[in-house]
Amino acid sequence: MAAAATLPIPAQARGEPIREVSASTLEPVWVRVLLIGIALLFLTLFLFVPLLAVFAEALKKGWDTYVAAIIEPDAWSAIKLTLLTAVIAVPLNLVFGVAAAWSIAKFEFRGKNILLTLIDLPFSVSPVISGLIYVLIFGAQGWIGPWLRDHDIKILFAVPGIVLATVFVTFPFVARELIPLMQSQGNEEEEAALVLGASGWKTFWHVTLPNIKWGLLYGVILCNARAMGEFGAVSVVSGHIRGETNTIPLQVEILYNEYNFSAAFAVASLLALLALVTLALKSFIEWRLHETTPQPSRQEH
Amino acid sequence: MHAAVTEINHKKAASRVMPGFNLSLGFTVFYLGLIVLIPLSAVFLKTFTMTWDAFWATVTSERVVASYKLSFGASLLGATINVVFGGIVAWVLVRYRFPGKKLIDALVDLPFALPTAVAGIALTALYSSNGWLGRYLEPLGIKVAFTPLGVIVALTFIGLPFVVRTVQPVLEDVERELEEAAASLGATRLQTFLRVVLPTILPALLTGFALAFARATGEYGSVIFIAGNMPMVSEITPLFIVTKLEQYDYAGATAIAVVMLLASFTLLLTINLLQAWVRNRGRAKKV
Repeated sequence: MAAAATLPIPAQARGEPIREVSASTLEPVWVRVLLIGIALLFLTLFLFVPLLAVFAEALKKGWDTYVAAIIEPDAWSAIKLTLLTAVIAVPLNLVFGVAAAWSIAKFEFRGKNILLTLIDLPFSVSPVISGLIYVLIFGAQGWIGPWLRDHDIKILFAVPGIVLATVFVTFPFVARELIPLMQSQGNEEEEAALVLGASGWKTFWHVTLPNIKWGLLYGVILCNARAMGEFGAVSVVSGHIRGETNTIPLQVEILYNEYNFSAAFAVASLLALLALVTLALKSFIEWRLHETTPQPSRQEH
Repeated sequence: MHAAVTEINHKKAASRVMPGFNLSLGFTVFYLGLIVLIPLSAVFLKTFTMTWDAFWATVTSERVVASYKLSFGASLLGATINVVFGGIVAWVLVRYRFPGKKLIDALVDLPFALPTAVAGIALTALYSSNGWLGRYLEPLGIKVAFTPLGVIVALTFIGLPFVVRTVQPVLEDVERELEEAAASLGATRLQTFLRVVLPTILPALLTGFALAFARATGEYGSVIFIAGNMPMVSEITPLFIVTKLEQYDYAGATAIAVVMLLASFTLLLTINLLQAWVRNRGRAKKV
């Protein structure tokens, strides 16, 4: 299912000038003001106020409480676990995204459309089910649960399970970003390099990679935001062991359910900041992508 | 997939020079199988261990049916709200100039970037009886937090970018000349909108609706905080799966998961058909 990763960039975000329009296709002033008013009211109620509420609630009891909530040992270990998860999951999906985009964009083969649909599959699965599938495999009653128990290997309710669930939910991000980009760029530059005697890897590093670097970064940023913020799937496989298997979102839930609201919002504000940084970087890369590729064909495949 | 590897289509003669086909496709299929296909197949294989009667009894029990009604009903309403207001937001962002537009445009994607748990607690804090919004709604007799209405609010939030981002590019491609022609032929602005603009953006609106709806049916994190999670009243289907898992009823959880997966795959198919329709519209116009 389409996520932010594949949504086409609006022309105005790409910095194209707005055409002068004749009065015949412009609404009366009161209609324009009314529509802008409705749009802003809707966005304010549903986006801006909730965002502000996170920071307001976090800082309600002052700066000291805020800092104390974040450096508290359990919160700190949640931050470390979240970073560890992202550091493993994002590069894995990055390598996969590049491999998938190379095979799909540079070659013609049968079954390509099926492959594209299968790559998108994790987006259409409920996060809860994304966690459930690993419980069915690694759980005590699961496929290889008994074997794992006999060999004293912990996957479920431990870090490997959290990483796996995160890899699953962030699986399509980089691939979905790179496939249309590489398809629009074609093979000509790579072919020129190969004809001139460059090896395949050399061609990839020196020709392909510089061409796709912004698209790659775009995918990585979205992948990372989801990896650090995933809640449902990770909640199912984590076991909620304080200080051990809690990621930041799970720590937020625990604090909230203990009615420790200011601490919950303090930890949550870290994730809200991450979201804002993600959006800022995303806008910057959209601008760069427009600069480097004059006509980005960012249509969905 | 082996057939696909050997059946390289040499239509593009130049493709033959490109190296790395076997390696990249081989890795792609291997990784896809390992991370996605084998684990997902576990859901279907697990249900085969149930008898049909046990499966049917689980997925049609009173409490589960109530959760389907809430999940699908609230998702439908949330997606509808997003079609109306998301459509207006897309229109305003494409057609009008006003201060702060670029910032607002960038912030529309917030629900994609903000972790669902954070959205959940923020919305709950806003709509609870002493929250910024709840304190004004409560005297009017409107209770949002811990009611099905809260579920709709959360699902509207997470579906918000879908309609805006699918309609926006289509609206930008609408040829203003057509609208000018309609106007010069005597159509009012409203007639032009209903007869010229709306038919053009209709496939995109429907796609956005389907995407928002599909996302909302599976949503968990943002809903569970605001819903109150009362069985039969405000318990969504994904939460019901988690409850079953916590009771170690793996088979029961899996049976409900199969129903949800089948619903998602049907939606995925619908969305693909809708997107093909949007593309064909675009192509037909350019010819």
